[in-house]
Amino acid sequence: MNVDLARIQFAFTSINHFFFVPVTIGLAILTALLQTAWHRSRREEYLRLTRFFGTLLVINIAIGVVTGIVQEFEFGMNWGAYSRLVGNIFGAPLAMEGLAAFFLESTFLGLWLFGWDRLSPRVHLATIWLVALGSMLSAAFILAANSWMQHPVGYVMSGGKPVLNDIWAVFTNPVFVWGYAKVIFAALTTGAVVMLAISAWQLRHGGDLGVFSRSARMALIVLVPAIMFTMLIGDELGVIEGRYQPMKIAAAEAQWTTCQPCSFSLFQIGGGNNDHTPTQIIEVPHLLSLLATNHWNGKVIGLTPLQQQYSQQFGPGNYVPNVFIQYWGMRTMAYLGALTLLISLWGLWAIYRKTLVTSRVFLWVAVWAAVLPFLMNTAGWLLTESGRQPWIVQGIMLTRNGISPTVSVTWLWISLIGFVLLYGTLGTVEFLLMLRYSRKQVPPPRAPADADTPVPAIQY
Amino acid sequence: MSSFVPFWFIVIAILWTGFFVLEGFDFGVGMLHGVVGTGEAGRRAAINAIGPLWDGNEVWLIVAGAAMFAAFPGWYATMFSGLYLAMALLLGSLIIRGVAFEYRGKRDAARWRRTWDGALTVGSVLAPLLIGIALGDLLHGLPINASQDYTGSFWDLLQPYAVFTGVTLVLACLLHGATYLSLKTTDGMHERARATGRLVAPVTAAFVIGFIIWTHVTASSTFFLNVIELVAILAVLAAAWLVYDRRDGFAFTATAVTIAALVITIFVDLYPNVMVSSTNPAYNLTVHNTASAPYALKAMTIVVVVFLPLVLIYQAWTYYVFRQRVSASDFTSAPPRAEVPEPRPEIPAQEGSHVRES
Repeated sequence: MNVDLARIQFAFTSINHFFFVPVTIGLAILTALLQTAWHRSRREEYLRLTRFFGTLLVINIAIGVVTGIVQEFEFGMNWGAYSRLVGNIFGAPLAMEGLAAFFLESTFLGLWLFGWDRLSPRVHLATIWLVALGSMLSAAFILAANSWMQHPVGYVMSGGKPVLNDIWAVFTNPVFVWGYAKVIFAALTTGAVVMLAISAWQLRHGGDLGVFSRSARMALIVLVPAIMFTMLIGDELGVIEGRYQPMKIAAAEAQWTTCQPCSFSLFQIGGGNNDHTPTQIIEVPHLLSLLATNHWNGKVIGLTPLQQQYSQQFGPGNYVPNVFIQYWGMRTMAYLGALTLLISLWGLWAIYRKTLVTSRVFLWVAVWAAVLPFLMNTAGWLLTESGRQPWIVQGIMLTRNGISPTVSVTWLWISLIGFVLLYGTLGTVEFLLMLRYSRKQVPPPRAPADADTPVPAIQY
Repeated sequence: MSSFVPFWFIVIAILWTGFFVLEGFDFGVGMLHGVVGTGEAGRRAAINAIGPLWDGNEVWLIVAGAAMFAAFPGWYATMFSGLYLAMALLLGSLIIRGVAFEYRGKRDAARWRRTWDGALTVGSVLAPLLIGIALGDLLHGLPINASQDYTGSFWDLLQPYAVFTGVTLVLACLLHGATYLSLKTTDGMHERARATGRLVAPVTAAFVIGFIIWTHVTASSTFFLNVIELVAILAVLAAAWLVYDRRDGFAFTATAVTIAALVITIFVDLYPNVMVSSTNPAYNLTVHNTASAPYALKAMTIVVVVFLPLVLIYQAWTYYVFRQRVSASDFTSAPPRAEVPEPRPEIPAQEGSHVRES
């Protein structure tokens, strides 16, 4: 019971947190690009867009920051035994994140917001880039810590405890390097889709054509490579995870028996934890071999032999993650990724045909595409984290042994209900505010006489 | 034992001190923004006086927590799981406070703003109160067993000394906020901030002196106060005198020193313990039985030695950039963001309807 409640709480708070994180990283980079465009071209349209999307960025950062504090506290609150065991390794990147990244992001966000009329344009432009850099660095340290849970490296076991002996290995962990690249491109995808959707809504509802056609175009130009890289890197990440966490990948394919070559199941009914043979299945030959091993005839070890191997290695127990979550998490991510890619290519075609602002069908689709990255991100994290189960640190500690031994079920319920109510309320407020500000008119251009005066600060 | 262990205890003490000195006046301004700023323009001026700074200041807390996690995992695990409900409540207050800054001006409706003003005030009182209770508990002792686990209930956290620590910190932040606003505002607000300071200063001074004596009796075996305890008492007396003497700059310096000395006192009197066990002194958590291995501490030492000075430099620069006083006359009670026009007319009526309330 305790471990279930603690897991539900962590999943709930981190999924919510990760709605805001990629928007922050993506929009910070895009806002910095917009401001750079203004700085170089001096075109008022870019200034108006910078202010417009900057406001959205700030609304979003506020809740991203406070939900991030919850994540940090939860390790100690709910996962005391885990924190005690691995704090010397897992805690180190967290502390470095605060010192090297979070200070940078928060301090320079204040400077950017309030510094419009106090800093020289060049310095002010640097502040938004530092905000973007801070948010990207922040993700790097968190991903390094997370990757260590997936594939522990750089430690020796001493008295039953993992002790850090090579910090460099933690930051060159292949799971981290590829996982981090994937998160950054996924964040760019998220930011670009959000920017595209808002611009499309504005274009459909009589927003300023000259302004929002520019942001739509910029969003698409960023989006096409971003989604392509996300998918390509995701593919390579799958191969790496298959090497270190074969259970995760076998479960993602609901592959119970070992196969060579392996077909990729596009869609199936059944084949989960309780009935190993699917009743309906549509397959593509050789595709799984290719995806999981990069070889046409690669071998994928099935869940049943892996379970036998793990039982011998770690003692009796169930080492198979939830196959339903793995299988559909993987497909949600991949199929929606492909859909996003198609939409972005359609947009590129529209730019080429010069029909971007007039194609009402495309603009309608682009507005609704806003939900796609959030579904993909959530599915991706479910795949990553649920696929690690039953381990909290792969091969070192089981999730059920990681909880705080003296935290009672009552306390867990109180905090869980509290977080659900608080996040529910604030999430709704946040969503309505984002919607409201996305639908506002873009700030009017300044009178030509004001062109040389400083732009006023954004204030509370 | 490696010398990194006491070094990291000092780093953590510095981080908590930095947090309270900087975020302390943000808490104070949060508590006072409705008192010092009469009317919407005044409230906005008070909030904007800390607008560019509060977020960077709050990071000190996050880094302090993460540093405890990395350097003293046993301390972090016992403290955060033992003080579970207090921590959950602290998170709640930090959340509502943090979003209140961003959200209160995002809709031009009186009730909306009143709600977030309330959230800001409540959050700004609760956060230092709860952290104060937690720090007081570390020093005074909690039921902790041989395997470093907390065995008490929620109510055991609310022992008199801990609550007194919390109240003292709230009052110190309140005075710190008042002196900050005296330094950063003009005209009527300036006068009201000073008047608030004069009202609060004697109470804060009494509590700080009481706290220092209680702490000394609890944790120290010597008769005489140590230097840092003495500094706390002298600084708060100086602060009270300077507030009455209307020396804004010096008064703010004195309240900053008071808060710093308060927090350092807790950590100095705690060392080498990090959490005292009221069950059995042999079960005390100390820097030695909770610390990470030397290699991890060494790696983080390099990071802290490089980045903490850098952080201090750019945060100091931020304070320099925003050194000007904030005036209520710069703000209107009209829509906060004049540059963002009203929503376009074709927006569905359900949204437009509560926007127009004010």
